[in-house]
Amino acid sequence: MKILTLVRQVPDAEARVKLSGNSVDLEGTTVVIDGMDEYGVEEALRLRESGAPVEEIVALAVGPQRNEDALRTALAMGVDRAIHVETGEKLDAVSLSKLVAQVAQAESAGLILVGGQEADWDSQALGAATAERLGWPQLTWTNELRVEGDAITGRHDVDEGNESFRAPLPAVVTTQQGLNEPRYPTLPNIMKAKKKELRKDTLEQYGVEPRVRTVSAEIQTRARLNKMIDGKDPQVAAAELLNLLRNEAKVIA
Amino acid sequence: MILIVAEHNGTKLAKSTLEMVTAARESGAEGPVTLLVMGQGVAPVANEAAQYADQVLVADLPQLAQYNAEVWAAGVTQIAQEGEADLVIIGGSRSGREYAPRVAVKLDAPYLEDAIKLSANGAVVQAQRYTFLARVTETVEAEGNVVVVTAKPGSFNPAQPTGAAGEQYDVELDVPAPRVEVTGKSVEKTSRVALTEADVIVTGGRGVGSTENFATLVEGLADQIGAGVGATRAVVDAGWRPYAEQVGQTGKTVQPKAYIALGVSGAVQHLSGMGKSKNIIAINKDAEAPIFKVADYGIVGDVNQIVPALIEAAKQR
Repeated sequence: MKILTLVRQVPDAEARVKLSGNSVDLEGTTVVIDGMDEYGVEEALRLRESGAPVEEIVALAVGPQRNEDALRTALAMGVDRAIHVETGEKLDAVSLSKLVAQVAQAESAGLILVGGQEADWDSQALGAATAERLGWPQLTWTNELRVEGDAITGRHDVDEGNESFRAPLPAVVTTQQGLNEPRYPTLPNIMKAKKKELRKDTLEQYGVEPRVRTVSAEIQTRARLNKMIDGKDPQVAAAELLNLLRNEAKVIA
Repeated sequence: MILIVAEHNGTKLAKSTLEMVTAARESGAEGPVTLLVMGQGVAPVANEAAQYADQVLVADLPQLAQYNAEVWAAGVTQIAQEGEADLVIIGGSRSGREYAPRVAVKLDAPYLEDAIKLSANGAVVQAQRYTFLARVTETVEAEGNVVVVTAKPGSFNPAQPTGAAGEQYDVELDVPAPRVEVTGKSVEKTSRVALTEADVIVTGGRGVGSTENFATLVEGLADQIGAGVGATRAVVDAGWRPYAEQVGQTGKTVQPKAYIALGVSGAVQHLSGMGKSKNIIAINKDAEAPIFKVADYGIVGDVNQIVPALIEAAKQR
């Protein structure tokens, strides 16, 4: 079985995001491999290491040049090969899934791993949309995964609580924190990764166009009161807070 | 027609459904507001839905006894096609955002995800949504014979009953057999108000110290003031609390009137799940904790001393 694992390079969670004009400008912002995707890369490697019949692990990234770094990270972690569809076009997840499905078919992938939510567009749609295009089942927000013959089993989060599952392969699985602890690439592996194949494709090869336009972007920060109450005397502090919540904010009775 | 897929617990509509009705009515989209109620034994839900919608489509079928993404996607797609829906609105819950993309693909429709505002002008639909871990608000736009939208919970005011009873119609659905088999379930029941529906939420972080302290302090205060209970990722990972209570990027997104954070440091991933709350109250012994930057009211102090005092003070009334 071949595993296709999707990665993207996104602003660091702690980084400041700024705008230029009416769109987000990442120039100068620290970018890293999307943490949610990184769990997918790690899981692919662990499945192979645990003895699952994994022939090859291929990482795919779609987006501007910076995404090459996410692919380099994946290669250094142990992925065999990488494909970068380099484009400045902003593709919504449902449009992007068309491309991912084409790659999955061309590669005869049997399992696709992708982060549960993108840290740039805050979208959860790519896994499900890709599964639909391929006619595969999907498991979202997975925190345990095993391959058992031609099926996967594990556990994933649902609206309230979590469920254990069993589903036939091929399938799409979305990954999240808690699934595993991603490894740090070692120096020898970083060196080795430089020799691994990183293929560059163009968006035109896939004939995919965005269906959603971004009209504008703004950074809205809610003005906060920042009223600090001295906590030295717990009784006094508690009484004052309660008074403010009841009579100023009027949020409790 | 504007097709809204009702979210409910089998007996009652979820607040998110009433929010979606408002989103539909205020969007400017044309056509009757139609609630689709899917499930088994959902007659009470359908009756309630009729108070809010122009019409109610009731799919009361044994195949719908349990939610499954592929089953739901097939059912909603069929109704959207048969009813020639211009706009399909699905809840921005975990399950909603899991099957909505499938509906969009099936309908060859653009998909606007997790909308906090919605407006339609003919075939052009515009939405506002948060991006970059909720640090940015983007306005996005799509055009199509039909557009699929998910509505972020807590972003629209719940609709009031119309005063008239919408017409109810039973519908048959041709849905596939589910391929994902649920082999076990751990559903956390709580007697408290659901997190996504609570006006006030008390959340505990690692600073609370232990499972026992969480019960005394966080649950103690929540019960005293009638609030929902939330937890941070660290607390859930430590096994102190169930996942259903988790607030943040990998948990629930909430925007209550008041969010009371006890011993919560305020990591970005947590802030992205609660940063839009109307009032944020923080109690933490670390004056440098990032949570204070977004707090309306803050106390630098030990939760073990301040919270019991707060519970005591709240009792006196």
